[in-house]
Amino acid sequence: MNIVVCVKQVPDTATERKLRSDDNTLDRDAADGVINELCEYAVEEALRLKEAHGGEVTVLTMGPAKAADTIRKALAMGADKAVHLVDDALHGSDVLGTSYALAQTLKKIGFDLVVLGSESTDARTGVLAAMLAERLSVPQLTFANKVEIDGTSISIQRVTDYGYDRVEASLPAVVSVVEKINEPRYPSFKGIMAAKKKPVEKLGVADAEIDASQVGLANSWSEVVDFAAAPPRAAGTVVKDEGDGGVKTAEFLASKKFV
Amino acid sequence: MSEILVLVEHVEGQVKKVTLELLTLARKLGTPSAVWAGEGYSPDAQAKLAEYGAEKIYVADAAEIGDYVVAPKAELLAQLVSEKSPAAVFVAATAEAKEIAGRLAIKIDSGVLTDAVGMEDGLLADQSIFGGGVNVHSRVTKGTPIVAVRPNATPIEAAAGAGAEERVTVDVSDAAKGARVVERVKQEKGARPELTEASIVVSGGRGVGSAENFAVIEALADSLGAAVGASRAVTDAGWYPHQFQVGQTGKTVSPQLYIAAGISGAIQHRAGMQTAKTIIAINKDSEAPIFELADFGVVGDLHQVVPQLTEEITKRK
Ligand SMILES: Cc1cc2nc3c(=O)[nH]c(=O)nc-3n(C[C@H](O)[C@H](O)[C@H](O)COP(=O)(O)OP(=O)(O)OC[C@H]3O[C@@H](n4cnc5c(N)ncnc54)[C@H](O)[C@@H]3O)c2cc1C
Ligand SMILES: Cc1cc2nc3c(=O)[nH]c(=O)nc-3n(C[C@H](O)[C@H](O)[C@H](O)COP(=O)(O)OP(=O)(O)OC[C@H]3O[C@@H](n4cnc5c(N)ncnc54)[C@H](O)[C@@H]3O)c2cc1C
Repeated sequence: MNIVVCVKQVPDTATERKLRSDDNTLDRDAADGVINELCEYAVEEALRLKEAHGGEVTVLTMGPAKAADTIRKALAMGADKAVHLVDDALHGSDVLGTSYALAQTLKKIGFDLVVLGSESTDARTGVLAAMLAERLSVPQLTFANKVEIDGTSISIQRVTDYGYDRVEASLPAVVSVVEKINEPRYPSFKGIMAAKKKPVEKLGVADAEIDASQVGLANSWSEVVDFAAAPPRAAGTVVKDEGDGGVKTAEFLASKKFV
Repeated sequence: MSEILVLVEHVEGQVKKVTLELLTLARKLGTPSAVWAGEGYSPDAQAKLAEYGAEKIYVADAAEIGDYVVAPKAELLAQLVSEKSPAAVFVAATAEAKEIAGRLAIKIDSGVLTDAVGMEDGLLADQSIFGGGVNVHSRVTKGTPIVAVRPNATPIEAAAGAGAEERVTVDVSDAAKGARVVERVKQEKGARPELTEASIVVSGGRGVGSAENFAVIEALADSLGAAVGASRAVTDAGWYPHQFQVGQTGKTVSPQLYIAAGISGAIQHRAGMQTAKTIIAINKDSEAPIFELADFGVVGDLHQVVPQLTEEITKRK
């Protein structure tokens, strides 16, 4: 089985994240780039499926040159090879542009199964997997906390507000995973060493047959008009519990008309 | 005024509050038309939608629409956009509705904004990003703007609309039938309001100590008619189900009141609750970062403070 796992590099959530004042896009230089956490779960699930059913796991990342670190991390976990879609023309793409660029690349490299995280920690749109399914005309199996494959049949548990839906489809398909699906492995020393030798193919817009007029900031379908730091919250009152903390809290709630 | 399509969120035939918020918001910018997709439509639902200003209600209540994941609803909306040429399409910023919006965006070649906390004239969206740290104005520049609006962002106001019903038939394409829903598994929910929609959320963290101890959090929530939330430390430990997790990789909530008990206030937790109007923290560590956000905080043992608070609220009712 040919499994492609989409991995995004994002700014570390533990550092202060910013937008650039020149073009209102994410400032990727201001913070350390790390693998999007849910993408680790996606890589783990891809590796488990490969271990159970055979095949190969390819990492696909669209991002600037420094995203190469994130690709190495996924390779160190055990993925076989990677494709790095890297081109200045892609800078500032919105979800329409990003889903188009990734879909074109997926058509080019081929797949039986595409695995994504259900959401990134920077943009948090949570729509990319659904949009890839639409663009590739394959079944959408998103928000999975369990994936099972039997031959060319695939079924997942799709997490919902009330519990989950059991969903069935045939391969090829697009899956996105939530964090409760597995426990991602740590790369071993051997894995880290091996990752240095694994093939990473760099593709530009033309290589992946991406129409440059459909990607990048200038061609986006939406724009950030302006932005500002959120005003800090006014300092509140903090009391020490002297056996009456609950009563005091109730008094505060009453003063705000919640009770 | 120009028509704005509002995709109705409904459960067991009941219109959800977020839809009334979207209708209220759409009235300020145009004339709302509700779009009902899936089973469960009734005269009650029609009355509710009309009460909050729906001029028209497009009803596509064939069972088939709910039998497949997301795609049929995107097809329905695409069909309506091409027939009615609305000024915009609003959906709730829930996981599924955002996916519908994303697929629709491709079908109608239009931009999509996935998490607005408000809308201004000219269909300018307010977004709160990076866990509430930065406020952004954004807008769609191509096609028919599609906007997902966060629940609890707009106070609801009734203002009657005609509520004229128009039946819509959709032929779900084969392409949209790829992912079949074969079973819907409902896990216990109880009578509590839904987490993202609730006006009050009471969340417990690692400080609660165990699954059994979550009863104190539930009791406080019930005394306030609130939803229960949890930190990731809690869902990872299996003390409370994952769908109740608040934060970066859980639900984003914007209630009127958020009570955090035994939660340290890690940045990833804050990302899911920072836009709450009023925040109360109960934590035994006076240095816990959650106090930086709190309008009111108690430094103390939650096992003392929370039951006393519940008792006091019950007394005052
Ligand atoms: C704060 C912020 C808000 C934004 N809001 C919008 C908006 O409202 N509308 C809009 O059109 N654009 C928006 N964008 C642009 C958007 O970030 C990009 O289009 C982005 O590449 C895709 O969105 P996502 O990361 O949210 O995807 P998600 O759907 O949240 O990501 C899910 C998964 O998709 C995969 N993935 C995502 N990006 C890549 C990648 N580059 N390479 C490989 N795999 C990937 C990963 O597996 C990831 O786990 C926003 C950007 C920022 C920084
Ligand atoms: C990429 C990423 C995504 C994440 N996503 C999320 C997310 O969606 N949601 C989320 O919540 N976290 C998320 N986290 C985890 C987050 O970083 C924290 O680890 C988590 O929020 C901690 O949960 P907690 O506050 O319950 O536990 P702790 O940080 O352990 O805090 C427990 C608190 O309880 C207090 N306490 C203990 N006993 C008592 C008592 N008897 N009475 C009163 N107070 C007491 C302690 O003083 C302490 O402050 C994410 C992390 C990463 C890296």
